[in-house]
Formats: sequence, structure tokens, C-alpha cells
Amino acid sequence: MTTSKLLTLGALALALGTTAVRAQTELTVYTAIEAEDLERYAATFNEDHPDIKVNWVRDSTGVITAKLLAEKNNPQADVIWGLAATSLLVLKTEGMLEPYAPAGLDALDPKFRDSDTPPSWVGMDAWVAAICYNTVEGEKLGLTPPTSWADLTKPEYAGHVVMPNPASSGTGFLDVSSWLQMMGEEGGWAYMDALHNNIAAYTHSGSKPCKMAAAGETVMGVSFAFRGAKEKAAGAPVEIIIPEEGIGWDMEATAIVAGTDSPEAAQALVDWSITQKAMEMYNVGYAVVGIPGIAKPVEHFPANIPEKMIDNDFEWAANNREAILAEWSKRYDAKSEPKG
Amino acid sequence: MAEAAGLPAGRAVRLRIDSDGWIKRAFMAVIALYLIAALALPLYAMLSKSFVTYGFDLSRYEFQVSDDSGTVWGDPVSAATLNEQLGRFGPDDLRSSSDGRLAVTELFPDFSFRSPVKYRIRGTTDNAPYLVGLDLQNSTEWRELDSNTFRRVNLRPVTTTGLQNYVEYFSNPALFSSIENSLFIATISTVLTVLFAFGFAYALNRSCMPYKGTFRLIAMMPILVPSLLPGIALIYMFGNQGFLKGLLFGQTIYGPLGIVIGSVFFTFPHALIIISTALSISDQRQYEAAESLRASKWRTFWTVTIPGARYGLISAAFVTFTLVITDFGLPKVIGGQYNVLAIDIYKQVIGQQNFEMGAVVSVVLLIPAVIAFIVDRQVQKKQVSLLSARSVPYQPRPDRRFDLAMLAWCAVMGVFIAGIIGVCQFAALINYWPYDLTFSLRNYEFNRMDGGGWGAYWNSLELAALTAVIGTAIIFTGAYMVEKIDGFRTGRAAFQFLAMLPMAIPGMVLGLAYIFFFNDPANPLNPIYGTMTILVVSTVTHFYTVGHLTALTALKQIDAEFEPVASSLRQPFWRLFARVTVPVCLPAILDISIYMFVNAMTTVSAVVFLYSTHTALASVAVLNMDDAGDIAPAAAMGMMIFYTNATARVLHALASRRILSRTQAWRVR
Repeated sequence: MTTSKLLTLGALALALGTTAVRAQTELTVYTAIEAEDLERYAATFNEDHPDIKVNWVRDSTGVITAKLLAEKNNPQADVIWGLAATSLLVLKTEGMLEPYAPAGLDALDPKFRDSDTPPSWVGMDAWVAAICYNTVEGEKLGLTPPTSWADLTKPEYAGHVVMPNPASSGTGFLDVSSWLQMMGEEGGWAYMDALHNNIAAYTHSGSKPCKMAAAGETVMGVSFAFRGAKEKAAGAPVEIIIPEEGIGWDMEATAIVAGTDSPEAAQALVDWSITQKAMEMYNVGYAVVGIPGIAKPVEHFPANIPEKMIDNDFEWAANNREAILAEWSKRYDAKSEPKG
Repeated sequence: MAEAAGLPAGRAVRLRIDSDGWIKRAFMAVIALYLIAALALPLYAMLSKSFVTYGFDLSRYEFQVSDDSGTVWGDPVSAATLNEQLGRFGPDDLRSSSDGRLAVTELFPDFSFRSPVKYRIRGTTDNAPYLVGLDLQNSTEWRELDSNTFRRVNLRPVTTTGLQNYVEYFSNPALFSSIENSLFIATISTVLTVLFAFGFAYALNRSCMPYKGTFRLIAMMPILVPSLLPGIALIYMFGNQGFLKGLLFGQTIYGPLGIVIGSVFFTFPHALIIISTALSISDQRQYEAAESLRASKWRTFWTVTIPGARYGLISAAFVTFTLVITDFGLPKVIGGQYNVLAIDIYKQVIGQQNFEMGAVVSVVLLIPAVIAFIVDRQVQKKQVSLLSARSVPYQPRPDRRFDLAMLAWCAVMGVFIAGIIGVCQFAALINYWPYDLTFSLRNYEFNRMDGGGWGAYWNSLELAALTAVIGTAIIFTGAYMVEKIDGFRTGRAAFQFLAMLPMAIPGMVLGLAYIFFFNDPANPLNPIYGTMTILVVSTVTHFYTVGHLTALTALKQIDAEFEPVASSLRQPFWRLFARVTVPVCLPAILDISIYMFVNAMTTVSAVVFLYSTHTALASVAVLNMDDAGDIAPAAAMGMMIFYTNATARVLHALASRRILSRTQAWRVR
């Protein structure tokens, strides 16, 4: 190799080196938000913070939570942006979250933050349980749409209801825990016993029941409203039904992972995640966001969602999760087993 | 006799190891080290989890209770003492899992959250975790709480080791029934697949039916797509909106029926390859003998054909069984309520983050797979060569009725296989099934969906290419060293065992094992975590066995005389390796690389835990899109994988033909 070539190479390496020095801080962000939103969220964030690059790691809530827990001794994530609060509570009890009070915390609805000071996580938006009902298939079978959770146990719906399995889906657990909170321990289990007779399948994913209803694979799916709105927008003949008793909900939330290498950038991201601009960004897909009074109605979403949201006791749900799932599996897993 | 006893004992004969021998041993050691680091140690890290149990240790906590004024404190009392006095918790109540909590107020019968009484809690050892609200505490300092906050105090379990997880697993009927289900599914699928594949292979090797080449191509198609793709196709065909739903007579496709049909589809080519090889080796003279003894065709079939192919049949059966029992893609997509072992791992790990129980199920899943594997090895050992130098290869004679029947059978299987792929293609192009049947390419807009978009596809290509090149180099070198080294029995046997192990390991178990092993900061290999390297390593390891076996078969064909000759000509072994061994084995090397490539494109189970921001994969995208209910885009991405693999295979075939004509001239006299 000639000297001049070497020199050029050296200069190139130097140039690369300097750009690397001047380059942005990179944050590894674990998330469970919808894939189609990732780019938009990062781009909107970069409008205000062009110096921070967001590297997404996206998967379903269960996989991301399992990944975070498996990496507990050597966390790879800097920030968690957009994971179910119930999952963050699990991580919090493992001491994996860095408490931080972001700027503008006071503007948040108190429901949308960790109750400790400083909070370990702050909420972004809420996703609520809903029933997706396929009007075309319902009509073919001569059914009338349900209006309440109690309706789902009506005998004519036998084999036409699909719900997520709480042992494998966060949405499924959300439903079960909200029924137990609304109807009390005894009433809740009695309700699920009755419902179990109508269930065609327990799916492993929370959005699948709604997708199945949209595709006519089932008539009604217990899922969440966001999914139903998406399906409706895509042209599926589904109605989103908010049961009159009230609906369980969870929120997507943001937290700093304890031990991050870039605490300043992480804090900047969390600060930004609860700004008005961020809330408006969430509002594109979610009808309920963390700062009250900002949300505009979202197409295909029923208007009465906020008033139907129950007073969800996340701490109770987190502390009793193990016992609830054990009881659920005992009652329905063994029983629902088709014998081969 | 006396004279003989008087002779001095001869010098003990020992094999002298020359420098080549040492270099070969060094190579083998390097590859063995690779297998230990990439397989044995991660598995150990994973399986040791199954013995980690959680329980509440009450002796680690102390309380103090004040009087009503909240200022005068009573004596410190340990939680264990309180429990003894009250008899509140028995040993069963104190066992738990990683997510367990124990409310301390249960130890204070007169507790009221409205009372002015105050409470103090502290740990008596370094590790005494408890929660106030959801805030983790772990300190030996007293912490004072009013009664309303004390209500929110929960103890957290600490870890011990023991067999408790296994006891729990086997006493849980729901989990236990999965074993039954898994065995049931795997057995039925194995019987059907082997039967169908035998018929197909018989037609290809023993009949004069036309279009053999086409059928061979069609039969290999399932190997080119992810295993959950048939699940998607079956939903379109037989789901509640399926266009062939009527054929099921009211049965549901969600459950054992769907799993079995899908399993037959994706294991068919694997069984076919093995059985076809077994049937292709046969001696015309045996059939002539049978004919001259006036044996009926039926009798000849049972006394000549079947015994000749029995080892292939057994091998095919075990491969199919292992593939079905370790697969989790299909049961997840189309299994409905039907619980199988692979799904239980998913539920425990992904649904409940209970890694310990997931590890227990993994161990249980290993048992049938390992048994199948050991039995297969034993059977293989008994196999003797059917062909001798005087054998005459079997030549099928035309027989119109028989050939037509065979053609019909192959056509049925061909329609089944091509039909499933065709339905996937159809699904990928339909706008919104079943309400909007217009065609569009909307489902190929992957950037709008889950799973990493088009970037994931390019990553998959990169992974497949790297796996094909690096994997083939590692596997072939390893096989060469094992086969051509002199002496060193124990080392070779140990290596052989390590090389055969991956076949029996479900991918999901391997993936989790990698997290626990490689993400440990104390591990010097930690930097590869989250990179493309770990994906390549896991994929190479996951598919090691078949490549290894292929390489061994090819190497065994080379006369053992070459080594001594080269050595007596004072040629170093690497010259022989480069000039003779590699060129001679080139067809096998190409086969290994295409096998690695195709599998790296379709694999899901191991890599789903290991990919990161920059390394999302197409096959994982199929899983994630299906998971989110985006079935049509999942089918579209599955078809992208299919096009790629099909192209790779065509290129492989062309390359093989050229190379064969140039390097394999010696095979023809």
C-alpha cells in the first residue's frame, strides 16, 4: 500500500472518529407500542432533541418484560418508553427502575404516575378493555350485540366469545383483575365460571380476539378499544362495545432503567414524554392521555370511555397477580383441555 | 512355558503423535471449545434455573409495635416467632415463585389500618427484601410506618435451591396434561408423516412414473417456509371463515387436528429425504432372487423392501417426532386451547415471567427428545452396509397400473403441499379477508407493521449468509477432525456427543439459555450480546447436528488410505485437506451451506429472545405479526422468505451442477 493511500485512509478514519465524537447520544429504548407508531414517535421527539438518537427494541408486552427481567443483572435498556404500567410495577418491585421526577410532573393526572415521590414511572396514555363485535357474522347467526359484561354469559353466545388467556396476555389479566375488582372476589369468579361456558378460545395475545372478530373467525372478542378502532378503520365490520358496568384499563408508561450509562439523555426523554406535544402525539391513536383536558376524540372510539374507566388498583393487581393466575389456571386451564 | 515366562516384557506400544496429530487435536479442541461455550455452558446456566426455588424466610425480618400513642415501643420480635405463635402460615404457604408476596399484616391479628399504632420493620440479614407499596426495600435499618402504610407491606421471597419446582409441576394437572398432549400429537404426526413420506419416496425410487423431478421439487417446498406458515394457511382454508370449512364436518381446525395437519406438512420433507436415501440404496439381485423363488410382490415388499429401509424409517420417525414435539410456532397459531409442552414454556416465560418454571418445562421437554435421540443412535450403530462391490443398483420396471397409482398418490401429496403454499400466497395478496377480496400489495408494506419492516428482511438475509459461510466452515472442519484423527477415543466420543446434542434442544430453551449465559457481566463473551454475532452463533449451534451428520457421511466415503499415503509422502494434512478432502466433499459442503441458509431464514424459536434494535429478523416478524393478528402481512413476509429460499436453492442447484461436473468427474468411470 502506498503512503498516500495510507494517509487517505488515516484521514478517513480521523474524519469518522470525529463524527463519532460529535454524534448524538444513543438511547436504547425498550417498548411495546405499536410498530407503526415507532418512527413517528422518534421523529417527533427528535424535533425537540435532535442530539438524542432513539434505538428501539420492540416486542409484545410479555416478551419485552421477560427480556428486561432476564437481563436484570446487566440491563441493556436505558429507558422504557411505552410499556404497560403493570409490567413496570413488576420491574419496580425488582428494584430495576430509577426514580425520577420529570419536569411538568404536576400537570399529569395523579392516576397517571407512580404514587411514590419521586415516581419510578410516569404514564403516557391509557388503553381500555372493550368488546369487538362483528355485526355481519352476528346478523348471520341472529344475535343481538351485548351491552354489558353480564350479557356475555347469555346462552345464545355459547362458542362465539374469544378472550385472551390471562396467563399469557397482559390484556387478559387486565380483564380478569377488573372483573374481580368490580364484582368482588366471589362474584368475579362466579362470572368467569359462567363466561367460561361461552368461550370458544383463550388466545395468547390481547389483540388477537379483536382481530379474530374483525376477520369473522369469531363473533365477539374481548380485547381493547384501540385494536377495534384500527380494525374498523381498515374496513372490518366491527363495533366497539364498552360494557356498561365499567372497563378495566392499563396505561403505557415511561421509566428510566436503573444503571443507565446516559442518565441525562434518559431524563430528557422522560421529561419530553409527558409534555403537551407528546400527549398530542399519543392522542393520534389513544383516546385517553396522561394530561387531562388535552385529548381530542379519536375516530371510531366510543366517546364515553373516560367515564367508564374503573378506579383500577394497580398495586392490588400486582400483589395478587400470582394468586389470581394460579386460581384461573386451576379453574379453566385443566377444565378446558380437550381430551386427545 | 517356563522359558516364555522368563522373557523380558516388551516395550509398551504407544501411538506416537506427530505434529499433524497435534495440529488436528488443536483444531478439534478449538471447535469443541466453541460447542462448550455456545451450547453446554448456556444450557447449564438455563437448566440450573429449574432448581432455583423461592420461599419466604420469616426469620429474616423483625418487627416492633408501638402503643396507641405511637411513641412507646414494644420489644423487637421476629416474624418467625409471630408465625409460630399464631400458626398463620404453614410450610406450603411459605413456598412461592419469583413474583410472590406475603402480606405482613396477616401476622398481626389485631391490625387495623385506622389505628394510631405505628410499626417498625427491618431485615436481620443483608438479604431480606420486602415491599412498602411497590417500593423494594432491603435493609437492616429500622423503618417506621404508620398503620395505613404498614398495610401495604409485603415480604418478598428469597431464593434457595431444591426440587420444589418439579414437585409443583408434577402436582399441577393442567401442566401435567401437556405432556400427554405433546406425546399424542407427536406420535400421530410421526406415524402419518412417515407413512406419507414412505409412499412418496417409494414412488420416486421404485416406480417409472413421470414428472419425478417436479414432485421432488414440490416435496421440498415446506422446508423453505417458517413452520407457522401452514398454520396460517389452515386458518384460511378451514377456519370459521375458511373456504373449505365444510370438509371438516363441524370439527374445529383449532386444536390437535390443525397441529397434526401442519406438522405433517412441515416435517414431510425431512422424513422424505431420509427415507428416500434409504430406498435408493437397494440391490437388484435380492429382487431377482425373490422373483425366481416365485414370491408375490406383496411378500417381496415385506421381506426385502421394508427390512432394507428399516433404519431409514426409524431415523425418519425420530427426526419427525423431535421436530414436532419441540416446535412451538404451529401450536401457538392453530393450537387453540390445546396445551402442549412448547406452549407451556411460552406461557410461563412470556406470560408470567416465571423463568424457573419455564426451565422445568424445558427439562421435561428434553426428556422425550433425548430418548428419541439415544434410541436412534443405537439403531444406527447396528446398521450394516447394504451395498457391496458386487451389488447391482435396483432398476424399476414400467408397470402401468402401479405407476399410475404412484402418480396419483404423489399428486395428492403435491396438491396438499402446493395448495398450502398457494393459499399463503393468496392470503398475502388479498386486501381484507373475508370482507374485501380485491387484490393489493398492501400486505407487503412491512414498514407499517410489527416486527422491524423491510430492515428485518435484510437482516435475515445477512444472518442466513453469515450462518451458511461460517457455520459450514466450523461444522465441516469439526467433522473432519473427528473423522480423520488417529486415536484419542474419549475426546472424539465427547465431541461427537456435543455435536449431536443440539438436535434434541428446543430452540426456545437455547434462546433463553443464551440470555442467561451471555448477558452475565462477568462473562468475557458478554460483548457479543445483542449483536448479529450472537444470532449467528445461536443459529449455527441450533442446526449443528444435521450439518455434522452430512459432513461425516461424506467424509466416510473417502478412503482412509489417503491420510497414510499423504503422510508417507511427507505432505502436511492441510494440503491434503485443501487439495483432496474439500474438493471431494464439495457436494456435501454445498448441501450443508444451503441447509444452514434456509434454516437461518426460517428459524424463530431461538432468535426471538436474542435479536435487538439493529438485528430484527423476518422470521420473527412473521411470528409477531401473526401474534398481533396481522395474519395477511405475516403470510406476505412468510412468502418473502419462501421466494428468497427458493432462489437460494435454485442458485445452489446451478452451482452444484457446475461444480459437480468440474470436481466430481472421478465418480464416473
